[in-house]
Amino acid sequence: MKEASLTKVFIALLKRDLLLAYRHRAEIFNPMLFFILVITLFPLGTGADTKLLQTMAPGIIWVAALLAAMLSLDTIFRSDFEDGSLELLILNSHPTSILVLAKVLAHWLATGLPLIIISPFLALFLGLDQDVIGLLIVTLLLGTPVLSLVGAVAIALTVGLKRGGILLSLLVLPLYVPVLIFATNAIEMFSSGLPITAQLWILSSFLLLSITLTPWPTAAALKLSLS
Amino acid sequence: MMKFIYMMASPPHFYRLAGKWLPWLSGITLLLLAAGLYGGLIYAPTDYQQGESYRIIFIHVPAAWMSLFIYIAMAIAGAIGLIWRIKLAETVAVCSAPIGAGFTLLALITGSMWGKPMWGAWWVWDARLTSELLLLFLYLGVMSLYSAIPDKRVASRAVALLALVGVVNIPIIHYSVEWWNTLHQGPTVTKFDKPSIDVRMLIPLMVMAVAFKVYYVWALFLRVRVELLERERNTQWVKELLKMNKG
Amino acid sequence: MDFLQATNLTCIRDDRTLFSQLSFSLTSGQLLLLEGENGSGKTSLLRILCGIRLPEQGELIWKQVTDNETHQIAVHSNESYAGEMAFLGHLDGNKLDLTVTENLEFSKTLMRGNNCSINQALEKVNLNLFDDLLVSNLSAGQRRRLSLARLILSGASLWILDEPFTALDKKGIEMAEKEINEHLDQGGMVVMTSHHSVSFDNKKITRINLSE
Repeated sequence: MKEASLTKVFIALLKRDLLLAYRHRAEIFNPMLFFILVITLFPLGTGADTKLLQTMAPGIIWVAALLAAMLSLDTIFRSDFEDGSLELLILNSHPTSILVLAKVLAHWLATGLPLIIISPFLALFLGLDQDVIGLLIVTLLLGTPVLSLVGAVAIALTVGLKRGGILLSLLVLPLYVPVLIFATNAIEMFSSGLPITAQLWILSSFLLLSITLTPWPTAAALKLSLS
Repeated sequence: MMKFIYMMASPPHFYRLAGKWLPWLSGITLLLLAAGLYGGLIYAPTDYQQGESYRIIFIHVPAAWMSLFIYIAMAIAGAIGLIWRIKLAETVAVCSAPIGAGFTLLALITGSMWGKPMWGAWWVWDARLTSELLLLFLYLGVMSLYSAIPDKRVASRAVALLALVGVVNIPIIHYSVEWWNTLHQGPTVTKFDKPSIDVRMLIPLMVMAVAFKVYYVWALFLRVRVELLERERNTQWVKELLKMNKG
Repeated sequence: MDFLQATNLTCIRDDRTLFSQLSFSLTSGQLLLLEGENGSGKTSLLRILCGIRLPEQGELIWKQVTDNETHQIAVHSNESYAGEMAFLGHLDGNKLDLTVTENLEFSKTLMRGNNCSINQALEKVNLNLFDDLLVSNLSAGQRRRLSLARLILSGASLWILDEPFTALDKKGIEMAEKEINEHLDQGGMVVMTSHHSVSFDNKKITRINLSE
C-alpha cells in the first residue's frame, strides 16, 4: 500500500479538527465572549470620554485579543493529550512539525478568525473611524496567527502539567510583546496620517518567521510532554 | 575529540574539578569586586552633568550586560545538552537561570534608583528598563517551567527548548521596545553611550564587568555541584563520595 | 524478515533506575510479553520502544532484511520507523466527538494502511453495527475494540500494546487474542504487557520479567 501524501494528511487533520471544533461550539464562543467582555469593561473603568476611548481603542482591542488568544491556546492540544490521540499524531511516518501546523491553522480558524470578524463592531463601541477599522482588521489578520503559532510552543511544553495556567501566561506574554507593539503602533500612526508600510512589513515578516520556525520546537516539546 | 569532551563533562570529573576551582574563583571575585567598587565609587571623577548619582552605573551597566550574557550562555548550554545529550550542559543551562534572573533584577533595581534623581520618578518606561523587565519575565518563565516538571531530565530538556525560543526572541523584543520607545517620545536619555567616556570611569567599569563574570562562574559551579549531587544521588560515585565524607 | 533489536537499554525515571542493561531481540512472527510488578518500568519500556522516550543508555535498532539487502535504522533518530509501528497505550486514542467511522478514516489516512477496509475491520471487532455512532456513546469495552480495529487497519508490522485487554470482556479478549495471533501468522511482531494470563502458542512467545 502506498502511504497517503503529506498534503492529504494535512487536509484530513485540518478537517478533523474543524469538525471537532464545530461539534464543540462552546469552545469557539468562549474566547469571543471573553473578548467582548474585556472590551466592555474598559469604558466602565476609564469613563466613557469619546476622545480618550478613541486614542486607547487600538491598545484595548489588541490587549483583549492577546488575552483571548492566550486563553484559547489550551484547546489546541489538551483534548488530544487527554484521549491519547496526540500519541498517534506523533507516532507515524509524517513529520510532526507539519501536522502541528495543520492543528494550529485549524485552531486559528476556529478561535482567532471569529475574534477578527466581531472586532469591527467592538471598534465601533470605542468610536474608531471606519478606515481605521479596516487597518485594525489587517493587523489582526497578520498578528493573531503569530499569537497562535508562538503560543503553540508554550502550550506544547505545558500540556502535560496539571496546573499550567499561570505558567502559560508567563511563558507566552513576553513573546507576544513585539506583535502588540507593531500592530498598535501601525494603527496609531495611521490615525495621525503617517505612513505605516514599515509596520505592516514587519508584522508580515513575523508571520512568515513564526510559520517557518515555531513548528519544530512545538513538535519537540510535544514529544517531551509525552515521554 | 568527542570522547575527550564526554570525559571532561562527566559529572564526577566535573564535580572534583569544580571543587578545586571554587576557592580560587571566590577569591578572585572578591578581589575584583573590591577593586572595581573602589575605582567606581572613590577613584573615578564626578560627572559634570549628573554629579555623584551617576556612580550607580558601575553596578547597573555590568549587571545589565550579565543579564543578557547569561541568557545567551544558558541557551547555548541548552542547545548542547539537547543535541549531544550531555548531562553537564543540561545542568549548566538550568543552574544559569536563577543567577541570570538575579542580575536582571539587580539591573532593574539599580536602574530605577538611578532614575529617581534623573527623571524624578522611580519608574519610567524607558526602552532599556522595559527590555530588562521583559527579560526578567523570560527568566522567571524558564525557572517556573523547570520547577513545574517533576522528571528533572525531561524538565531540563524543556527548559533548553524554551531558552532557545527565548534567545531568538530577545533581539526581536529588544528592537520592538526600542521602536516603541522612540515613537512614543518617552524620556529618552542617551544614558551611557557617550562618545568619549573618561578612562578613569572606563577602567572601573571594565573591572566590575570582569568581576561579575567571574562571580557568575563561581555561583554557577556551586549550583551545578549541588544539582549534580542531587540528580546523581543513586549512582556509584555519589555514594562513594558520601562514604568518604562520613568516614 | 523484520527485526527489533535492543542492546543494553537503561531507563531512569524520577531518579529511580527502572531497569538497566536490558537486551533482547524480536523477529517476525514473535510476541514479546513484558511482565513485572506495577512500577517496574513496563510502560516506560514500551514508550522507549515507540520512540517517544529516550533511553538513558543503550541502543534500539530496527532492521528489515529482504532477499538481497538489509535496511537498518536507529529507532530514535528516524521518522520512518514510526510508520512501521502502531501503538495502543493506556488511553484509547479515539476522539469522543467523532463517529466510529470518522475515527478510523482519519487514522487510516495517518498510518500507512493496508488492504483491509474499514468495514472489514469493524466486522472483525464486532462493531459493524455501530459505525455511525459517536465514540462518546460507546462503552469502555467497545472503545477498546475500536482501538483494536485501528491497529488492524494500520498496516504496521510491529504492534506495541500496553494492557490491550483492559475493559474487554471474555469474548472481547478471545477476539483480541485471535487478531494478535493472525497478525503474528502474517509475519507481524507484537510487544505487549498484560495482567491477564494470555493463551498463545509458547513457541511464539518471549517473556521478559522486569521485576527480576
